[in-house]
Amino acid sequence: MSLWLLLAVNSITLGGLLFLLSAGFSLIFGLMRIPNLTHGSFFMLGAYLATSLIAHGFGFWPAAIVAGIGVAVFGGIIERLVLRRLAGAELAQVLVTLGLSFMVADVCLMVWTGDPIRIATPPGLQGTTAMLGFGFPTYRLAISAIAIVVAVGLWLLLDRTRLGAMIRAGVDDPAMARVAGIRVSRLFTIVFCLGAALAGFAGVMGGPILSVYPGLDAEMLPLALVVVILGGSGSLVGSLVGSFIVGFLYNFGQAMFPEIAYVVLFLPMLIVLVVRPQGLFGRQPA
Amino acid sequence: MKRGTLTALAAALAALAAVPLWVPGTYYVNIASQILLYAIFALGINVLAGYGGLVSLGHAGLFGIAAYTGAKILAAGGGHLAAAAALAVTVLAAAVFAVLALRGTGLGFVMITVALGQIVWGIAYRWISLTNGDNGISISGRPSPFGLSLAAPRSFYWAAFVVFLLALLSMVVFVASPFGAALRGTRDQPRRMNALGYNVWMIRLVAFLFSGFWTGVAGLLYLYYNQFVSPQAVALTASAEALLMVISGGTGTLLGPVVGAGLVVVVKNVASAYIERWNFVLGAIFVLIVVFMPDGLVPGLGRLVRRSTARWRPQAAAAAIAPRQEARR
Repeated sequence: MSLWLLLAVNSITLGGLLFLLSAGFSLIFGLMRIPNLTHGSFFMLGAYLATSLIAHGFGFWPAAIVAGIGVAVFGGIIERLVLRRLAGAELAQVLVTLGLSFMVADVCLMVWTGDPIRIATPPGLQGTTAMLGFGFPTYRLAISAIAIVVAVGLWLLLDRTRLGAMIRAGVDDPAMARVAGIRVSRLFTIVFCLGAALAGFAGVMGGPILSVYPGLDAEMLPLALVVVILGGSGSLVGSLVGSFIVGFLYNFGQAMFPEIAYVVLFLPMLIVLVVRPQGLFGRQPA
Repeated sequence: MKRGTLTALAAALAALAAVPLWVPGTYYVNIASQILLYAIFALGINVLAGYGGLVSLGHAGLFGIAAYTGAKILAAGGGHLAAAAALAVTVLAAAVFAVLALRGTGLGFVMITVALGQIVWGIAYRWISLTNGDNGISISGRPSPFGLSLAAPRSFYWAAFVVFLLALLSMVVFVASPFGAALRGTRDQPRRMNALGYNVWMIRLVAFLFSGFWTGVAGLLYLYYNQFVSPQAVALTASAEALLMVISGGTGTLLGPVVGAGLVVVVKNVASAYIERWNFVLGAIFVLIVVFMPDGLVPGLGRLVRRSTARWRPQAAAAAIAPRQEARR
C-alpha cells in the first residue's frame, strides 16, 4: 500500500476521532459560551476507565459504553456542582475547568501510573480489509464508520427532535429561549453530559491507536480547540469539516515536516482567524 | 496615596531588600528570588488581565521565547547581546500574538492565546534541532552584567530585586498615566471609548507589548536563575500557574500579583516537599479561589481592613467603600 494512501486513511481515522471529541466541545461552546478546558481530560479519563474495565473482564464495546456513561456522570457532576455556582461568570467557569483538568490529570497519573497503556484492538476488527485492491486496517475503517454514524445521529437529534430544537434555540439566543419557556439551564446539563460522554467514548476508540498515557489530555485539547476555531462554534458541520482538515494536516504534516508538524497544524487556524474570525461555518457573533 | 500606606509600603520594600540578611539560609534566599521573578511575570500578565480585561493563557509562550532565545544566543557565545536580543524577540513575538489574539475579545481571546501558547510549546517540544526537545538547553553559569557576578544566591537576589523594583515602578507610572486610564476604559466600556475617538485596538496592542516586555524580562531571569530551560517552562500549566498568581492576589491591583506570586511559589515549594501531587494542589487552589474568592486576596483583605476601621471612622470608610462597589458593576 502506498504511503500516501496510508496517510490518507490515518487522516480520516484521526478526523473521525476528533469529530467525536469536538462535536461535544463545539456544542458546549455554542450553548454555554465557554471553551470547556476539561474536554481533553474527559477523553483521557474515558480511555483510562476502559482499560480498567477491560482488565476486569469487560469486552471492548461494553467497556467503551460504560466508560462513556461514567465520564458523562462525571461531567454532569462538574456542571451541577461547580459550573452552576458560577453561572453568568464565564471567565470564572473557564478557569475552573482548567483547574479541574489539572486535578483530573494528576489523579489519573496516581491511579494508572505514568506508563502508557494500550487498549487491545477489539476482536473481529483486527487485521485488514481488502478494498479496491488495497488492504485497509479494519479498525481504522470502523472508527470512520462510527464517526459517520454518530454524526448522523447527532444531526437527527439536533434537527429532528424537540430536544434538538430547544438546543438550537439556546445556541441562537439563550435569553429569548428562556423567555419562550425553555429551561436553558437543564439544557446545559444535558449538553454537557452528552459532550462528556462523546469525549470519553472517543478516548476509548482512540485507545487501540494512540494508547493512553499522561499528557494525552493536553495533546487532544488544542486539537479540539483548533477544530472549533476552524469550523465555528456550535456548528455540527463545522466540527465535521474542521475535524477532517485537522486530521489530514496533522498526519501529512507529521510525515512531511516532522519537526514542525505542530506549527503546520495551527497555520490554517491563524489564517481563518484573520480572514473569517467566526470560523468557516460559524455565524456572525450577535 | 495616604501617608500610612506609603510608610507601610516603604517598610515592606526595605524588608524585601534586606531578605538575604535576615532569612535563615540560601535555600530561602533562592525561594525569595523565585518569588521576585514570578512576581515580575505576574505583573506583566496583570497589565492585560487586570487593567485590560484580556485574560491570556499563552503568556508562558512569551516567557519561554525569552528564555529560549537567551539560551540559544548565550550558547552561541553572544554574551551580553543575549539579554537585549531575547527581549527584542519577545516583544516582536508579543506583537504577533497581539495581532492574532486581538481578533477576538473575551473568551475568543482566551482560546486564541491558548492555541498560540501551545504552538510555542510544540516548537519547544518537537523541533528538536532548534530547541533540543524535552532535554532542554543549559547555559554555563549566570552572566555578570557590568562586571557584577550573579553566581551567589544573594547577589542574584539583589539583581532580581532591582529589576523587580523597576517593574513595580513602571506599573505605578503606567496605572497613573492617561494611557493606563484609557486601557481601563477599554476594559469597562469599549464601545464608549471607541465613540470618544480612542483607538481601542491600538490601546490593547500597546498594552500587550508592555505586558510582553515584562514577561520577557521574567523569562530571562528564569533562564539566569535556573541556567536551564525546557518545554516545561512553556507548558499550558505554566501559563495557568502565572494566571493563578494574578487571580489569587487580585486582578487589577498593583500588589495583588506580587502577593499571589509569593503565595503560589511558597505553596508550591512547601507542597512539593511533602507531597508529589503539586498539580492536584494547584488545580484545587485554582478552583477554590475562583469559586470562593473571585476578586483575590488583596482586595478581599483590603475590604476586611476597611470594614474593621469603619467602626472608628464611619463616614470616611463608607466613602471609601462606596465608589469601589460602584466601579465593580
